[in-house]
Amino acid sequence: MGEGESGHRKRAIGEYRTAGEVEGETPLSTEVTTEHITQLGADELVINMGPQHPSTHGVLRVKLKLDGERVIGSECVIGYLHRGVEKIGENRTYQQFAPYVDRMDYVAAVSNGLGYCEAIEKLLVVEAPPRARVIRTILTELQRIASHLLWLGTHALDIGALTPLFYCFREREEILKIFEKYCGARLTTHAFRIGGLQYEAYDTLEKDVERFCKDFTSRIVEYEDLLTQNRIWLGRTKGVGILSAADAIAYGVTGPVLRASGVKWDIRKAMPYAAYDQYKFEIPTGTAGDTYDRYMVRMEEMRQSRLICLQAIENIPTGPILAKVGKVLKPPAGEVYHAIEAPKGELGYYVVSDGTVQPYRVRIRPPSFVNLEAFDRMVRGHLVADVVAIIGTLDIVLGEIDR
Amino acid sequence: MADEPKEPQPPPVPPGDKPASTALPSAPAAKAPDAKAPAAPARPAPPPPKPPVSLQTPLNNELVARLRCKFDAAIVEAIEDRKQAIVTVARERLGEIALYLRDEEKFDMLSDLTAVDWPRREKRFDVVLNLYSFAKNERLRVKAHAADGEKVPSMTGVWPTANWLEREVFDMFGIIFEGHPNLTRILLPEEWQGYPLRKDYDILHQDTAWVKENLGIESGQ
Repeated sequence: MGEGESGHRKRAIGEYRTAGEVEGETPLSTEVTTEHITQLGADELVINMGPQHPSTHGVLRVKLKLDGERVIGSECVIGYLHRGVEKIGENRTYQQFAPYVDRMDYVAAVSNGLGYCEAIEKLLVVEAPPRARVIRTILTELQRIASHLLWLGTHALDIGALTPLFYCFREREEILKIFEKYCGARLTTHAFRIGGLQYEAYDTLEKDVERFCKDFTSRIVEYEDLLTQNRIWLGRTKGVGILSAADAIAYGVTGPVLRASGVKWDIRKAMPYAAYDQYKFEIPTGTAGDTYDRYMVRMEEMRQSRLICLQAIENIPTGPILAKVGKVLKPPAGEVYHAIEAPKGELGYYVVSDGTVQPYRVRIRPPSFVNLEAFDRMVRGHLVADVVAIIGTLDIVLGEIDR
Repeated sequence: MADEPKEPQPPPVPPGDKPASTALPSAPAAKAPDAKAPAAPARPAPPPPKPPVSLQTPLNNELVARLRCKFDAAIVEAIEDRKQAIVTVARERLGEIALYLRDEEKFDMLSDLTAVDWPRREKRFDVVLNLYSFAKNERLRVKAHAADGEKVPSMTGVWPTANWLEREVFDMFGIIFEGHPNLTRILLPEEWQGYPLRKDYDILHQDTAWVKENLGIESGQ
């Protein structure tokens, strides 16, 4: 790492020259690391995409090695949004750290909070009361729909369909309104507490959710009318970014990306948490593992989430909303790994306690980070224009990747 | 939880020592004569600290038996913590044990790979692998101890997903993974000095030289 004189900014200018191109200078020795980037043929070219690019969904930088229009290699450069969340976790109490997790996947803050609270509950060996678990499930499923809507809108926008964005934001707004009514915040909600909920459900929560679910059926049809049979959409997504089931598992890919490759695995079914064991829902899967299948899987997931919400509001148990956990949390020494099915995939928390009020270590296993690792595999052989489609289909959030 | 005054939760006290509260006349709660909370200042000595609860028990299931049979002394310890299986293995043989777990025991997905720093221990690092088996729907945590500077076999050949995860561990802890194709920093800048998630790296600490040179400011705080 110690590079001495060649600073960070200096390298940014000369970094795409191959090693040895300028005599006496080896700027690529530590910078460009993967083999396929360093060895350039006569017709080959390396271009830079991002970090300031509208289609990278944040500050992602991708180095693409091209042969004409075709991508023959890529390398993702991440870390621009690194805030040291895991280090912060070691210096806060268990409760103090809870709002921080909302700022990782900031378009699905409720899911992050659920994963963290449940992990600490496991560490404390307590369980949230049934009422809290059902309300958690409702809000988390609404969050899944909201996250998928944001994905759909921006993904379609990347590919060139402007209209779905406005439609998606219209429905997402309804969900954010429910969050706002429930806990006062729309984006980084901090909706849950360790041991259950801080707030009782407001009076018309069931009605609001029901109304949203009722409207949402026809709204999904609207999106599908715009995209599913659209010639341009088909052309831009079918056969793009194929990931086989074996590759998906080897790369540790989870969530809709894994399911679109044909692996029927969802943590909500495999290892149920919250109140998911009480509800009936399907796990949609794809067959081809391409961008179109991932689109179809997520569309179906929104429908299933809607069904879960409808089942949940029908019978919300009464009773307390917070387990007795005390104000000072000192989990017995030990460790726990708890994973939930976040909208983007397996969101895992590995928390180590040394018996004090602060976690000894909080490790967050972000789904986007691991999913993005498969990007290079998916992008090879495609055109430059498909790169944005593949970034979009992975549904990444850089706040979670860089933490 | 502050809104529930009707049943004050006393600090966990062994049931034996409650005489002080009954003698106290000021205790107003009629239905709870043994409310201990207001009596706390009158108590001569605080209750003896509870012995630390240990939720870790030795684990002896079939999987551990098979592992012990095959790898013998390389399986250092097998425990269960809150119903989660944890197997500690010898660092040198982590590679072959990982291959065995993937191929024979069907732990085909590496969910997570990370590390924990215990600076006071002789071998300060725990490298932690969280494995998942689709066939068994089961998780397994594999740990290996490593001292500072000791190389840990890379898992990239077993689970390709380990590539970035190991880079992150290298970035944050400075653990070297032997056989990794491209072990460079991933989240921090290439030239950054120091490993932030080590326990001796203070939360306010930073590579001031780097910050000064690249950001043109004295401090990032």
